[in-house]
Amino acid sequence: MRLVSVAVFFVTWWIASLFIGHAKLPPPPEVLQVMFAQAKTGALFVNLGATLARVAVSFTLAMTLGTAIGYWMGRHRLADRLGDPWLIILLNLPALVIIVLAYIWAGLTEAAAIAAIAINKLPTAVVTLREGTRALDPALDEMARIFDFPRGRAFRHVVLPQLAPYIAAAARSGLALIWKIVLVAEFLGRPNGVGFEIGVAFQLFDIPLLLAYSLSFAAIVFLIETVLVQPFEARLSRWRPRAA
Amino acid sequence: MRLEVDISRKEYANAAGQRHEVLRHIAFALEVGEVGVIVGPSGCGKTTLLRILTGLDHDYQGRVSRPGEQRIGMVFQEPRLLPWRSVEDNIRLAAPDVDAKRLSALFEVLELSGHRSHFPGELSLGLARRVALARALAIEPDFLVLDEPLASLDEALAVRLRSQIALLLEGRSTTTLLVTHNLDDAVRLGDRLFLLSARPATIRHTLPIRAPRSARSESDVANVKNEIARLNHANG
Repeated sequence: MRLVSVAVFFVTWWIASLFIGHAKLPPPPEVLQVMFAQAKTGALFVNLGATLARVAVSFTLAMTLGTAIGYWMGRHRLADRLGDPWLIILLNLPALVIIVLAYIWAGLTEAAAIAAIAINKLPTAVVTLREGTRALDPALDEMARIFDFPRGRAFRHVVLPQLAPYIAAAARSGLALIWKIVLVAEFLGRPNGVGFEIGVAFQLFDIPLLLAYSLSFAAIVFLIETVLVQPFEARLSRWRPRAA
Repeated sequence: MRLEVDISRKEYANAAGQRHEVLRHIAFALEVGEVGVIVGPSGCGKTTLLRILTGLDHDYQGRVSRPGEQRIGMVFQEPRLLPWRSVEDNIRLAAPDVDAKRLSALFEVLELSGHRSHFPGELSLGLARRVALARALAIEPDFLVLDEPLASLDEALAVRLRSQIALLLEGRSTTTLLVTHNLDDAVRLGDRLFLLSARPATIRHTLPIRAPRSARSESDVANVKNEIARLNHANG
């Protein structure tokens, strides 16, 4: 069914290009041609690689910190009260402001880009994990205490499985957010990456190049979603009884 | 392990800040291997008492002494199994040192052998209760606490599980405390009954049951029930 859906997308695009005109919306073969040309020179892989590396580092950073802070805020009332105003500000601050400020304060550096992307993702991870921690079942907590579970075993086998759906939700929404933000960060201040190439294509009004990079990027996101995210979610929920 | 309990007062504050007394002057001791049964009306504070005795609640006036090594096994009202782990894993996580032979014997007595790899979500309440019982016994507890282990089971299943519990308690040196509001369970399983009043709960009567557990007849049960009825009547 997924293949049918993808085929429908390409057919729709092709038909649309006939109506709108090749100059504004090149048909799929023209875009694929540019894609292969970029792949042949190696530029496509270098730029995709740079973007993926930024996504991987900032995602890991945001998820690790977000999970730890969210768990801490969910467990401790004082931490929650202290952290809540920061969360509200960060949640509502536009991504563009954070990226521009990071580049102004830390220069047009890799660290500034990664920090800006991670800071954009961080508050949503914190909020999701805080809610997950608040929803932890105190009855299971008591069971672990009565049966004298060591702290590590209790965290791994009692707490973490309860947080798993929240971690998965934070990861999924976080990944979606980071895919979008990373391109803006690259567009504004990096010398490579999909966002940078899209910026170049925009300045040259090179629509086939713009679409070639956009399509490659979408293909990678789709692949990661199918090969990594969905199997991970299925693994987490394999103990749940299936609906009849 | 001898258990000594002397709780003078336990209160809790409701959302409006008003304090309510839950327990008042609860004092008793259980000898090693003895099975004590707490019997009382619903909502009188039995579970609060258990939380204190198992160390989950420290906010009370009085003293609870559980000398020696404290291995506590508990069967909660709801089974409290980890839904993401199999039946066997649930037991092994609580009792990592349990040997395979002993675990198999427990599974056999509790008729769980065919359910080792099942997840709790696939079990009926009766089966889940038996897994919780197996978990509590697998750690070879010094102090075993059973909080209404037969509640909300159908009569036939409750009778069968009760005889399984009786069989497992036989000849053990585990000090056991059973909480129930079912007099049949209390008389069939206990060595001594502690009859609690309504809130604030206090021990109104203590009733020893002298007949050996395995030889208790219908008439023994009826006699104890009559005695309880007489005591309740005498108290108005």
